[in-house]
Amino acid sequence: MNDIANFKNTLTSSFTDFEKSLNGQSKQPLHSIRKEALANFEQAEFPNLKNEEWRYTNISPLLKHSFNPLPAVLPLMYDDIQQFLLGDTFNHVMVFVNGRFDENLSKINNLPDGLIVKSIATDVEEDDPNVLEHFGKYALSEGQIFTSLSAAYTFDGAFVHVQEGKIIEDPIHLLFIADARKDKALIQPRNLFIADKNSQASVLEHFVSLSEDIYFTNTITEIVVGENTYFDHVKLQEESKRAFHISRTVIDQELSSNFTSHAISLGGDICRNDINSKFNDKGGECTINGLFLLDDSQLCDTHTLIDHAQPHCNSHEHYKGILDDKSRGVFNGKVIVRPDAQKTNAFQENNNIILSNEALINTKPQLEIFADDVKCSHGATIGQLDKEAMFYLKTRGIGEDIARAMLLHAFASDVIKTIKLLPVRDYVEAILTKKFNQ
Amino acid sequence: MLLEIKNLHAKIEGKEILKGINLTVNAGEVHAIMGPNGSGKSTLANVLAGHENYEVTEGEIIYKGKNLLELSPEDRAREGIFLAFQYPVELPGVSNTNFLKTAVNEIRKYRGEEEMDAVDFLQMIKEKMKIVELDQALLKRSVNEGFSGGEKKRNEIFQMAVLEPKLAILDETDSGLDIDALRIVANGVEKLRSPENSTILVTHYQRLLNYIVPDFVHVLSDGKIVKSGGKQLALELEEKGYDWIKTDAVA
Ligand SMILES: Nc1ncnc2c1ncn2[C@@H]1O[C@H](COP(=O)(O)OP(=O)(O)O)[C@@H](O)[C@H]1O
Ligand SMILES: [Mg+2]
Repeated sequence: MNDIANFKNTLTSSFTDFEKSLNGQSKQPLHSIRKEALANFEQAEFPNLKNEEWRYTNISPLLKHSFNPLPAVLPLMYDDIQQFLLGDTFNHVMVFVNGRFDENLSKINNLPDGLIVKSIATDVEEDDPNVLEHFGKYALSEGQIFTSLSAAYTFDGAFVHVQEGKIIEDPIHLLFIADARKDKALIQPRNLFIADKNSQASVLEHFVSLSEDIYFTNTITEIVVGENTYFDHVKLQEESKRAFHISRTVIDQELSSNFTSHAISLGGDICRNDINSKFNDKGGECTINGLFLLDDSQLCDTHTLIDHAQPHCNSHEHYKGILDDKSRGVFNGKVIVRPDAQKTNAFQENNNIILSNEALINTKPQLEIFADDVKCSHGATIGQLDKEAMFYLKTRGIGEDIARAMLLHAFASDVIKTIKLLPVRDYVEAILTKKFNQ
Repeated sequence: MLLEIKNLHAKIEGKEILKGINLTVNAGEVHAIMGPNGSGKSTLANVLAGHENYEVTEGEIIYKGKNLLELSPEDRAREGIFLAFQYPVELPGVSNTNFLKTAVNEIRKYRGEEEMDAVDFLQMIKEKMKIVELDQALLKRSVNEGFSGGEKKRNEIFQMAVLEPKLAILDETDSGLDIDALRIVANGVEKLRSPENSTILVTHYQRLLNYIVPDFVHVLSDGKIVKSGGKQLALELEEKGYDWIKTDAVA
């Protein structure tokens, strides 16, 4: 109890400093949202194992640290970040250091017509009505301790707006760099992506760190996929192996919209990903895929929720996990098919490979179906590396390590192959090759 | 002498399957091992390839003057042993090309040779595919995944042609093949036949031996070689079945 009170106190006590740093901005409407969120944060329950949503994930190690919500931001040079730029292939890059937008390292001065990319902070200054219309409307703060913490300290984060009818060919790379060399940073990028009717765009959220230190990333992304719009989202998390990473992505899907998501989780000591997608109208299509690759004592928990609130929508979900050493994985895939949502197709699959005796996965499909004319399926597997497959490879002269790497790669490849952004796919492939060949 | 098996006993899950096998294979020879289902033919093949589930409890295997049982399965392959599986394993997500290239280069590395460059490799692969009349589209697909029974068997022979083993062990590669596929498989084996290379054909039908004429035929029954002879023995077996040999052995 004391720990929780301390945790909350530390984080709320910086709020006055934060307000001061905002200067004139504290008069804007967004600031009342911040203050309301702070109140929510103070009241919200800290999750424990009795909470159904946190049954397998003990998040209390977070309480052992005192994180700085206003972390130091040391200036970085291009050379510091070049390794994370995927070969410098992308034309639109936003770089955030400890959650603060770094304009010098970013590359957003050459945007095509109809694409607005800027920091949320700038956007608020410019009184963009889109922010107030959408900000915090999907990822609600009430009762959500981490969402309210994020909302209370909202400053920077990516605001991406694709205007009606615009097809954005080049992906937008959002690079979130954690630099905890100076202090135990609390890093809270807050993103809002709005894709208007008949548009198309792809966004990569990419989380990296400069050192293997302890810090806490708490990130929220809200995505509005407009009518007949196509939105592709990739989240690539390669944080420090000692970091905490809590993320929540909430998607609102309009009429005949198509949303795809790939979440690749590699880093973090404790990582929790929530992805919630809701069909607000008919004809929507949603693909939610992911891969988690864990070792040491890493814990990665993925909770997805696909809300079929409307008829004639399809959802496909495929998550894969590879767990070594004493790592733990949690996959909870909830699908709600509401009474009106006839002609729903919902498919879910979670496959896991356990490489050691001590690794553990808790996988749970959770289907709540209230309509009768629907097709839903789910499946979960937990297994080891196939011994007969290993033997087969060896009889062809392939050594143990390479054989193992080939099979793990093959296992992961179903998910990797569906990533549409080729440079991202290649980058992930390269990471896997390196990791598996160790 | 390429291979010498002496008094080989092997167990699986505590059950003794091979009960004292003796067999000598010289370079350039083709040996057929025949015998009823469950007699231990695949067990022998798997022990030769180094499957970890089988425990050798007695006897020895000398291959190229080395103690084969001390070598890992991959080193056996690199030393030139090839097993065409009775039931080839499907490897979803592993492309045939990548698989073969890795195998070829692992073997070359072991032998102190340079890796094959991509152009030479593809050229070589295409040549070898012709031998087994395999469709090139299969190269892009995952190893054996969704292959028909015949395609799987031909793929084994294709791999054999690519890896050019010294000692090929074919475990019932002929079973379940139609006559055209059988001819293709036999042709592939014949192409590899040379004074340096040897083949062990495991089968329980005589049919394959119409196409590949063996130098020796051995009959395996209940974990022992109970009779050995020339190609004539295969015809005799076809005619009379295995029963006369079993009683013979007991007598
Ligand atoms: N994995 C196993 N576990 C237990 N017994 C086995 C296993 N594999 C084979 N056997 C037994 O070993 C014996 C020989 O099998 P096998 O070598 O496959 O015969 P063949 O190839 O001649 O038909 C059979 O009795 C079979 O049941
Ligand atoms: Mg057999």
